[in-house]
Amino acid sequence: MTENHTDTGAQIELIDVVKRYPGQENAAVDDLSLTVPAGETVMFVGPSGCGKTTSLKMINRLIEPTSGQILIDGEDVTTKDATELRRSIGYVIQGGGLMPHMTVAENIGLVPGLLKWEKRRTRDRADELLDMVGLDPSTYRDRYPRELSGGQQQRVGVARGLAADPPVILMDEPFGAVDPITRQRLQDELMNIQAELHKTIVCVTHDIDEAIKLGDRILILKQGGRIAQYDTPEQILSAPSDDFAADFVGSGSKLKQLSLLRVRDLELVRPVTCRVGEDVDEVVARAEEAGEQSVIILDERDRPLEWVFLRTLRRHSTVTDPERELHTVVDHRSTLADALDSMLVSSHGGAMVTEGGRYIGVISYDTVTEHIRSAQNGES
Amino acid sequence: MGRLAAADREDRLLLIGLPILIGVVLIGWIIWRAVADLDDIEARLLTPASVLELTWQHLVIVAVCTVIVVGTAVPMGILLTRGPTRKLSPPIMGLANAGQAAPVIGVIVLLALLLGFGFWVAVLSLTIYAFLPVLANTITGLKGVDRSLVEAARGMGMSDMQVLFRIELPMAVPVILTGVRTALVLLAGAGAFAAFIDAGGLGELIQTGIVMFRYSVLVSGAILVALLALAVEWVGRLVEVYTKPKGLS
Ligand SMILES: Nc1ncnc2c1ncn2[C@@H]1O[C@H](COP(=O)(O)OP(=O)(O)OP(=O)(O)O)[C@@H](O)[C@H]1O
Ligand SMILES: [Mg+2]
Repeated sequence: MTENHTDTGAQIELIDVVKRYPGQENAAVDDLSLTVPAGETVMFVGPSGCGKTTSLKMINRLIEPTSGQILIDGEDVTTKDATELRRSIGYVIQGGGLMPHMTVAENIGLVPGLLKWEKRRTRDRADELLDMVGLDPSTYRDRYPRELSGGQQQRVGVARGLAADPPVILMDEPFGAVDPITRQRLQDELMNIQAELHKTIVCVTHDIDEAIKLGDRILILKQGGRIAQYDTPEQILSAPSDDFAADFVGSGSKLKQLSLLRVRDLELVRPVTCRVGEDVDEVVARAEEAGEQSVIILDERDRPLEWVFLRTLRRHSTVTDPERELHTVVDHRSTLADALDSMLVSSHGGAMVTEGGRYIGVISYDTVTEHIRSAQNGES
Repeated sequence: MGRLAAADREDRLLLIGLPILIGVVLIGWIIWRAVADLDDIEARLLTPASVLELTWQHLVIVAVCTVIVVGTAVPMGILLTRGPTRKLSPPIMGLANAGQAAPVIGVIVLLALLLGFGFWVAVLSLTIYAFLPVLANTITGLKGVDRSLVEAARGMGMSDMQVLFRIELPMAVPVILTGVRTALVLLAGAGAFAAFIDAGGLGELIQTGIVMFRYSVLVSGAILVALLALAVEWVGRLVEVYTKPKGLS
């Protein structure tokens, strides 16, 4: 992270941690030592059954270690009451884990409720967090989980994990149950939130691309919770420590390096924009003067609505809200890999870029390929 | 009526159909009672006051048993789904199964021989009889709660008690209430046997009808017990539909 910030996270330290389940010969986690710096996001990856979930749950004592020590902010977690401890650690699970008999606001307010916050403060906090995860509070706060899509449930799950502003957040495959496009959105949102809050996040994932994208560091585990490599995404991609790590990262690591570059690192272009309600003839005139075949429609809060060709625009006399789901929008913190993904479904050879939801320009396919070519030339 | 519209087909059919059925049969019986040519004994047994009195006694037996059954079977079901007592679940379920498989009249007579006649002995035997459905459904309901949700709740820092009362029980309520309704209906029907050990209730009409060879009284008793059981079923379903936590589909 390059921005100036004060960390609100806390350092986590695992020292010689062992977990042996009763009746099993081999320890599920065998002598794991690890430091997660305050304010960083660490991604746990590794083959199924290697002990990722076990390691994660030992941090909030859902699983008690057989031996070893876990310190948060220098304090041994076993010295605290377990329920007390867990209230100070955010916990986000796959699918959101929302309580079906509670509304969205009640779900988000669970931990603040346990901490005996005032009703009003809890309610305001729920609204604030819904806003943060991109759900309109007035529409969603009183809904029940079954009235939400999978992606929306997962968003609420993330909001619930953040509710009491814990310094540490644990996530177990948080975006494992949603489709790729929604997953990318959720990842982008999490990156934005993290850029603002600087929590210490430990996140288990199956998806190495997700790990590269979200992680300040990546922990690759082997069977029995043994560390294969613990390093920054850049290092893991360019210098895997052994064959296991190299295999795990997989082939196409050149391509994967696209996941290390962010959209904001490249130059954006700025095609003609217009707003809902404007006169189409004027907009077309402006575009043609600029020598362009398409324009971008924004709403009153500068959010992109659609990228349309002039011939489509001409069907109406004023610019109308297309009310379609947009797939070709990426956040300025998105990786180039995500941006390329979005571009592939775009007929304009580019993707619209937003910062905090507001439109800031377009990243074009040509810019990206140009960048790759120059990077390769620079290397060879 | 939003709740009714949201209820499933079976519930809706019964919630509307049952009161109609009960009403028609009851009115039919009242008309019969008014126009039938009854002898002295029949007329005395079937005065409105005496029928209402017996119905009241019957309801009291059912209510007392239900309170005891719910007050014991639900806590026991909770205990049998957690902690070290979990291991006792199979033997106790076996016992409860046996209790219900035994013919209720047998249990009543046996206990009466051991403990004497009267209201409380009837209540005890009926309680034993109606215990199983509530226990079984409490256990099923609690076990049916998604483990990952229980763990999520613990992971957020809820104590075991908070998890039980705020997560597990609310989610298990529909299943537990179905067990309670089953118990209620069993009690309303089996309550007729209470009269055999002088505990009162509508069973008295049946018993007197048999002893005195007054079949009109016997059949009246049987019809009224059946109507009561149906009415109890109706109330039970109504409660189920209206207490189901919102958000559970
Ligand atoms: N409650 C348990 N009792 C006994 N063994 C367990 C228990 N939970 C996990 N294990 C074992 O411990 C090992 C590590 O499990 P863990 O859940 O941590 O794996 P994981 O890395 O999260 O896997 P996945 O990617 O499939 O989620 C596995 O071999 C698993 O079988
Ligand atoms: Mg796991």
